[in-house]
Amino acid sequence: MKKYIDQGKNDTRSGFGAGLAELGRSNPNVVALCADLVGSLKMEKFIEENPERFFQIGIAEANMMGIAAGLTIGGKIPFTGTFANFSTGRVYDQIRQSIAYSNKNVKICASHAGVTLGEDGATHQILEDIGMMKMLPGMTVINPCDYNQTKAATIAIAEHEGPVYLRFGRPKVANFTPVDQKFEIGKALMLSEGTDVTIVATGHLVWEALIAAESLEKQGISAEVINIHTIKPFDGEAILKSVKKTGCIVSAEEHNYMGGLGETVAGYLSTTLPTPQEFVGTKDTFGESGTPEQLMAKYGLDNQAIEKAVLKVLKRK
Amino acid sequence: MFSQKIAITFGKFKKLDKMPKLQELQDLTVQVRRDILRMVHKVNSGHPGGSLGCTEFMVALYNELMELKEGFDMDGKDEDLFFLSNGHISPVFYSVLARKGYFPIEELNTFRLIDSRLQGHPTTHEGLPGVRIASGSLGQGMSVALGAAQAKKLNKDSKLVYTLHGDGELQEGQNWEAIMYAAGNKVDNLISTIDYNGQQIDGATEDVLPLGNLKEKFEAFGWDVVDIEEGNNIEAVIKGMKEAKSRTGKGKPVCVLLHTVMGNGVDFMMYTHAWHGKAPNDEQLENALSQNPETIGDY
Repeated sequence: MKKYIDQGKNDTRSGFGAGLAELGRSNPNVVALCADLVGSLKMEKFIEENPERFFQIGIAEANMMGIAAGLTIGGKIPFTGTFANFSTGRVYDQIRQSIAYSNKNVKICASHAGVTLGEDGATHQILEDIGMMKMLPGMTVINPCDYNQTKAATIAIAEHEGPVYLRFGRPKVANFTPVDQKFEIGKALMLSEGTDVTIVATGHLVWEALIAAESLEKQGISAEVINIHTIKPFDGEAILKSVKKTGCIVSAEEHNYMGGLGETVAGYLSTTLPTPQEFVGTKDTFGESGTPEQLMAKYGLDNQAIEKAVLKVLKRK
Repeated sequence: MFSQKIAITFGKFKKLDKMPKLQELQDLTVQVRRDILRMVHKVNSGHPGGSLGCTEFMVALYNELMELKEGFDMDGKDEDLFFLSNGHISPVFYSVLARKGYFPIEELNTFRLIDSRLQGHPTTHEGLPGVRIASGSLGQGMSVALGAAQAKKLNKDSKLVYTLHGDGELQEGQNWEAIMYAAGNKVDNLISTIDYNGQQIDGATEDVLPLGNLKEKFEAFGWDVVDIEEGNNIEAVIKGMKEAKSRTGKGKPVCVLLHTVMGNGVDFMMYTHAWHGKAPNDEQLENALSQNPETIGDY
């Protein structure tokens, strides 16, 4: 299988910060808002270089979403920054009415998604956000896998007209995406071709999927690994093409198995080519305090969980 | 009753010296009331009470106070903007927009019907000219207006942003986030008007959830507050809003407390919350229209 090299661990939120800083230089219409989490979202560089285009909202996320919607009236492209929990569940109705239904060009940038937020625990570890956001008509939902891809995605969404949910995380993880790879919204990336099983992963679980595929290769199982950074619009054709070859699929995400990527995959395949599928995701549960690694293991979100799911789905072919 | 107290202060303002348009505005006000009543009657749904209470304000705003460009574009650069936060009073909004020329007045016939641009609550989704944000779920309009006001400042656009909110709507917490932000960030190109009728769906605001002293609350948050005690007297509305406009650009957001009577202009709809969200039947419509004879022509 194709090998990927970790260029050095880094956090996806820093990729967002770097992308935002670059946008600050290249696009005068880009403005940024934050609800008292500038350091956590790595927004300092943008603020330092563009103080007049930054709005510190304070701890008032509902107001932030409304202000972002209003800033589009006058041609601005607002990027909001706070934790994923406070970017979605806390402000769902504001996003629904003032942004999605009003079709405002707001980029909702959400850090610290999933259990890998770690020690802060379940109050902050949202595992339902992809589901909430993908259900909003017109909303684009993106969950990049590493620093480079998050940076590229941040830059790409500024060019996209319409509301976007960009989800990323806190921990330093492998950075393996080519630094110059252009980000195409809605286009799945084939990472490694295989013939026995398709593994479709998003976010932090893409790297875990690659590790699992390597281990499976040693057992004589050829896994095809697809990075589906965009959950909506969903690149169903890429998945269909792959499962026509492999005949089974494992979806992997740092999210409740209900409502997330896996369900989108299942929904698509059930109407095109019903295919045995196993879900790697949290099993309808809240998280808890712990290190990211401990939590990934305990909640079945690591490469071993993916490997196990592959072995299970292969028996159902 | 709170609302009765404010209704008897009529005549406090002197007549304005130069207002050749006054009769025209008054005629338009009566016509808009007819539009509201006919719209909600036709579909047996909608919100006449608050619409009627804000008719003078909305007519004055669009025809005397706001500086507007010809036509409509979403960005609204170099013109004043208006955001209706209490979206349920869509009948008055639609009538005033249509009568201002944003879309054909015949389209008022489609209010709340299938395939209409005139949804129960206003939306940008159907592309109705004049509407820049969806509203209906309460408490969101001031935040949106703050964003639009900040965009104007970034664009070196000196025009103003106006909003309208129900008084009961202030029970939504997001307003107070916005109120705090506006003063803290000196958003002084914003005039937010509160339709201070003391009524909401379940009864008097005083009984449902008392608002306390709104003037003191806004002032304590750092706003400049203008009271318009006769919110259903169009001359008083114009004078008060001009006063509010004169206070913009001075480092503080401006709040207008517009004392109105819900259901104003139709005797049996006044001084009660009963007509907040209820349409008149045939007989009631006839009675209501007879109190508001046709002026510039029904749609």
